[in-house]
Amino acid sequence: MRHIKYIYSVLMLCCTITFAQQTPADKQTEAITITGATIHVGDGSVIQSGTVVFEDGKIQAVGNSSTATKGKVIDASGKHIYPGFIGANTSLGLVEVDAVNASNDQAEMGSMIPHVRSLIAYNAESKVVESMRPNGILTAQVSPNGGRFSGTSSIMQLDAWNWEDAAIKKDDGVHLNWPSSFSRGRWWLGEPRGLKPNNNYAKQVGAIENFVNESKAYLAGKRDTKNLPYDAMEGLFNGNQKIYIHVNDEKGITDAVNFSKSNGMNMVVVGGYQAHAVTELLKSNNIPVLIDHTHSLPAIADHDYDLPYKNPKLLADAGILVGIHTGNNSNFQTRNLPFYAGQVVGQGMSKEDALKLITSNLAKILGIDDQLGSIEVGKNATLFISEGDALDMRGNQLIKAFIDGRDISLETHQTELWKRYSNKYKSN
Amino acid sequence: MTKKYLILLMLMCSISLFAQEHFPKNDGVKSENTNYTAFTNAKIYVTPTEVIDKGTLLIHDGKVVASGASINIPENAVVVDLSGKSIYPSFIDLYSSFGVEKPKRQGFGRGQYDPTREGFYWNDHIRPEQNAVDHFKFDAKSASALRKAGYGVVNTHLQDGIMRGTGALIALTGEGGDAERILDDQSASYLSLSKSLKSSQSYPSSIMGTFALIRQVNHDADWYAKGGITVKDRSLEAFNTNKDQIQIIMAGSKANALRVDKVGDEFGTQYIIVGGGDEYERIEEIKATNATYILPLNFPKAYDVEDPFAASVLELSAMREWNQKPSNPKTLAENGVKFTFTSDGLKSPSMLKANVMMAIKYGLDKTTALEALTTVPAEIIGQSGKVGSLKNGAYANFLITSGDIFTKSTTLYENWVKGDKNVINDMNIKAISGDYSFAADGKNYDITISGTSSKPKASIISDGKKLGSKITYKENWVNLTFTGADEKQQEFMRFTARVDDSSNLNGKLIDTNGNTTNVSLKRRPLEAEPKSGGKNTKNGTGKSDVKMIPVTYPNGAYGASELPKQETVLFKNATVWTNESDGVLANTDVLIKNGKISKIGSNLSASGAKVVDATGKHLTTGIIDEHSHIAAASINEGGQNSSAEVTIEDVIDPDDVDIYRNLAGGVTSIQILHGSANPIGGRSAIIKLKWGESAENLINKNAPKFIKFALGENVKQSRSQNGTRFPRTRMGVEQLFVDNFTRAQAYEAKKNSGQPYRYDVEMETLVEILNGERFISCHSYVQSEINMMMKVAERFNFKMNTFTHILEGYKVADIMKEHGVGASTFSDWWAYKFEVNDAIPYNASIMHNMGITTAINSDDGEMSRRLNQEAGKIVKYGGVSEEDAWKMVTLNPAKLLHIDDRVGSIKVGKDADMVLWSDHPLSVYAIAEKTMIEGATYFDIEKDKQMRTQIQQERNELMTMMLQDKNKGMKTQPVKADDKQQLHCDSMD
Repeated sequence: MRHIKYIYSVLMLCCTITFAQQTPADKQTEAITITGATIHVGDGSVIQSGTVVFEDGKIQAVGNSSTATKGKVIDASGKHIYPGFIGANTSLGLVEVDAVNASNDQAEMGSMIPHVRSLIAYNAESKVVESMRPNGILTAQVSPNGGRFSGTSSIMQLDAWNWEDAAIKKDDGVHLNWPSSFSRGRWWLGEPRGLKPNNNYAKQVGAIENFVNESKAYLAGKRDTKNLPYDAMEGLFNGNQKIYIHVNDEKGITDAVNFSKSNGMNMVVVGGYQAHAVTELLKSNNIPVLIDHTHSLPAIADHDYDLPYKNPKLLADAGILVGIHTGNNSNFQTRNLPFYAGQVVGQGMSKEDALKLITSNLAKILGIDDQLGSIEVGKNATLFISEGDALDMRGNQLIKAFIDGRDISLETHQTELWKRYSNKYKSN
Repeated sequence: MTKKYLILLMLMCSISLFAQEHFPKNDGVKSENTNYTAFTNAKIYVTPTEVIDKGTLLIHDGKVVASGASINIPENAVVVDLSGKSIYPSFIDLYSSFGVEKPKRQGFGRGQYDPTREGFYWNDHIRPEQNAVDHFKFDAKSASALRKAGYGVVNTHLQDGIMRGTGALIALTGEGGDAERILDDQSASYLSLSKSLKSSQSYPSSIMGTFALIRQVNHDADWYAKGGITVKDRSLEAFNTNKDQIQIIMAGSKANALRVDKVGDEFGTQYIIVGGGDEYERIEEIKATNATYILPLNFPKAYDVEDPFAASVLELSAMREWNQKPSNPKTLAENGVKFTFTSDGLKSPSMLKANVMMAIKYGLDKTTALEALTTVPAEIIGQSGKVGSLKNGAYANFLITSGDIFTKSTTLYENWVKGDKNVINDMNIKAISGDYSFAADGKNYDITISGTSSKPKASIISDGKKLGSKITYKENWVNLTFTGADEKQQEFMRFTARVDDSSNLNGKLIDTNGNTTNVSLKRRPLEAEPKSGGKNTKNGTGKSDVKMIPVTYPNGAYGASELPKQETVLFKNATVWTNESDGVLANTDVLIKNGKISKIGSNLSASGAKVVDATGKHLTTGIIDEHSHIAAASINEGGQNSSAEVTIEDVIDPDDVDIYRNLAGGVTSIQILHGSANPIGGRSAIIKLKWGESAENLINKNAPKFIKFALGENVKQSRSQNGTRFPRTRMGVEQLFVDNFTRAQAYEAKKNSGQPYRYDVEMETLVEILNGERFISCHSYVQSEINMMMKVAERFNFKMNTFTHILEGYKVADIMKEHGVGASTFSDWWAYKFEVNDAIPYNASIMHNMGITTAINSDDGEMSRRLNQEAGKIVKYGGVSEEDAWKMVTLNPAKLLHIDDRVGSIKVGKDADMVLWSDHPLSVYAIAEKTMIEGATYFDIEKDKQMRTQIQQERNELMTMMLQDKNKGMKTQPVKADDKQQLHCDSMD
């Protein structure tokens, strides 16, 4: 309802006809074979003049030109095939217009709210969501971001009628905003501006530990009286869910690792600006990192101007499983995900390794690598064909994209406006 | 005037202590003291440079009568023998709030646009009518603290407002009442860059607005003096009355010092500038101000870097500040900049001496230090004959010390103010420290007295056991209390003695039973020098143990110790993106000479040229960002709906590290635009990113004048629930423009008619627009408002130059083309607010295809360093050719800024603003390896690598030094990190 009203007001304001969102593609009915393309598998390997066959939404065969074709054949000679890119820790479908509060469903009130779920607020018909597809982002984790325990995220495919058919993995993990080691000076109370050590850090960490201990005690008991927040913690203790800890500084990461370890939780670092300083700890505990997208500024003047550019490489070189997340950027920016990965190539990472940052590595980190993240037999046929190198704005030009073998639309509200006005001037 | 005032004041305070001859006397006989006081055998600093080694100072009636080696001492003189002691003129502080209470903040009013006062200037923060003397109430406690620090006179004022009114010169005497204390009640005018706490009036909301306001007050005061304003304005009246006073302005930093000096110069006012202690960082520019400085001495404490995690956020610039700031006075002195010191900013005036000594330790000459506290401030306020020296006729304001005043062990004995003695430490007190012993009740006691005479410490041992004890020593009486052998008994022995000439302490002992006996504490011969003796021998000139990190430009990470120079450079075998009809040239050489592009061709050679092998690389002209907000101390003046009077040129911040980061992204020129807080914003600064240069030298002097306008959500304050500022709708926005331009036309007509007129900076700016002398870059989003703006311009016969953002430009591209306006847009931004719902990444290509000069800008300090990639996106979205896309971040913004005669393409004769890329410049993989402006290399990837290593080494070195400080027991402060806010259109500073 909210959404319809919203669209209506856009119509009123702009006095133009706004086209409806793209219709989700039908189920794959016949086998499809793509031939002649350079296949970027997503696991680091490349197949030249490769062939991909998929049927019933699953990849049936991947190989060189001698691979047998089946069904409809698409000749993609000179083109490139990639596994669908995966957005991690996004606000897709939760935020439509950043500055319009009414269109923002990402941050619930309260502090310890692991029970709130992004899944059911996901707007499958978001115009922001449809704008992801032409750039190759076909899957995304949708995460809440309020409070201390922000709530539970889910992983969605980006061509759906509603949140139910969008969901790939429901309630995959709980998000925790780790307390910052620094706090801002309250200048209006006469304190100096700038960051200073957070004196409440220990207290805030203590509150997290207390909540976890209370949850454990509750879960061990009879649970006669329902407690929604404690119930929502169960998946973290039994290994069904991951804990995504949003933390950037070295000390915070170290404390968070110890916290999750002592509570037997399956942890992912989200943020990780200084993770490169604690790679030994992360490696020995098998903790992956969802690093901030690369188009960010260094935290302080002294840092290398290109530290955010090379941060993923520093972690990968140290043997950490690393992917790129886009949570700290505006909703629409997730469509620049391929370029966030491409940026690392300039820092000396190979293109195929950079691709992993937004495909197979992410699939592993999010726990969906049985279905997604690479072009391999048995996995979902979620992939696309690009005119050129999809990690570079010079080559990222999608010709076709498939989600579970469904031939999805690459048109958007934006392409329609483009065509409409281009035609207007042409006819003049 | 002054006298009348004093009399009034005296009548009000009917204190009989006053000895004025014209006062009636009802409590005794009228008696007059005509005696002299003579201080003999002292080392007398008549001035810091005129020193009498063993002389006499003769004072009478609160003034110096004579000083010299052989003075005739009148018979009716009290003679004080000061053998071995020194006399100094007492200190003066010109930036004080002594006895004048600062008002309390009146809450955080938001959105208040009108003044709260009547009969004064329209802006509440302009308060030149304030007189410190009206608010002055003698504060005996603070006076005592100031005297203890060595002060005799302070110039106090009401520290509130941008124009703060007049100060008063106050003698810090406790005697004689305000009649004696107030030396001058109109001693100076004070200004600052901070608003009054008494009012929430929103203008000015930025320092940019503050400078504009100071200018307009100057114009208005002139207009008032000429009779142009027919109503009473007590502020302007006071401003005019006090115009000839010295003007002291609180700048608080080197950057603001340069800014206020520039404003002062425009009106023939040479401000006395209260600095920030960081002037050494831009000493050449500071010197060029020709201003006298009032310097704070609040040298930072070392940061506590024991926790390496916390320390990791500490910036080099902050650490250097700790290391270098004490050298500020020395650097200024060496460069001939005149200065005085203030205790303002110190926790207590008692820290003055330690901090002056710190400056001395860092190389400041002691004589200069003394001058800075005495003769210089006296000269600044034009009272050299009366204060700051001990010349005949001056007030008898002086200090008696045990020796050199800037030595740690020196004791300040007395501080005389106007001939009144104030004892700080009793100079006649006899030193009692030493070892003593005595016997009583058959027991032997050994006593050691240590510490200073004013704060002695005692330890008593009897039968090998240490007893609890307490000692006081006042006015020649020693009182010593100690426990008996059995401490549990809570019984005490007491000893009291009057110190006399004897080396022993002879007095009475009252034992635990209350029996009194006469006892002599016999002094034992000294066994060894006290431990502390070795420490004080350095005598304050231990320069050797000061390790100073050299200053760079700017003075922080990636600063240069020497600014890059123009070089002759030959790029060989590059792929050259000319942006001219030649297009992209493969395997081409480009010669750079004298800051210009000298030759383009193949197989070029040039003697003496530095050859750069550019094989496989791409050479382009520098990127130009039409819409930037980096390198500025403030961006928005939102205190009014029109702020055409403000200019970003006033607030350029050359120290912003984003300049360097932009260079690393191939950017060489930017337009720093005012934000979008209001429909008529402020004037732009078009600069070149010459990292290391001063603010003034960054400005592109060849660029024309620009101003920012804005439309839509931001200017109508749509995100504030209860906005009270017009306009609140797009309908109102149009009317605001029409109103302002109509008034500007009327203003110009009056100006041209030869009639007298009020000079209005805001209207002057709008008239420039009407006359095509200033161009508009207009923040705009939706088609209706874009169209409206062009129609308003057409109605007033001028042309819109640029629409910036212009995200719905594609909907009115035909109308824009017809109007002849250019566009500067984002590549792919949208969905961040309601009005960008229909923003599409194909916008640039549609406008470009229409023939509109189209540029891609950043409005963001991060994205600006990747504008090459943003141009690449225009190929992706809409299929613009690569050459044309590249022009969108180079030649096209140059055209929009009307600087394309010098920059924007690779053409012989144009400025050598060049970038060497590792790869195709539109590719995400490309890295800028060299960025050159006018033939000087401001970014070099190899040099960047070296600097990274240097930064690590220097961080380590400084942290080690700080740890050493902490281990020595020095106080530290918690680490802080710069919480740099990236400024955007919406930033409200």
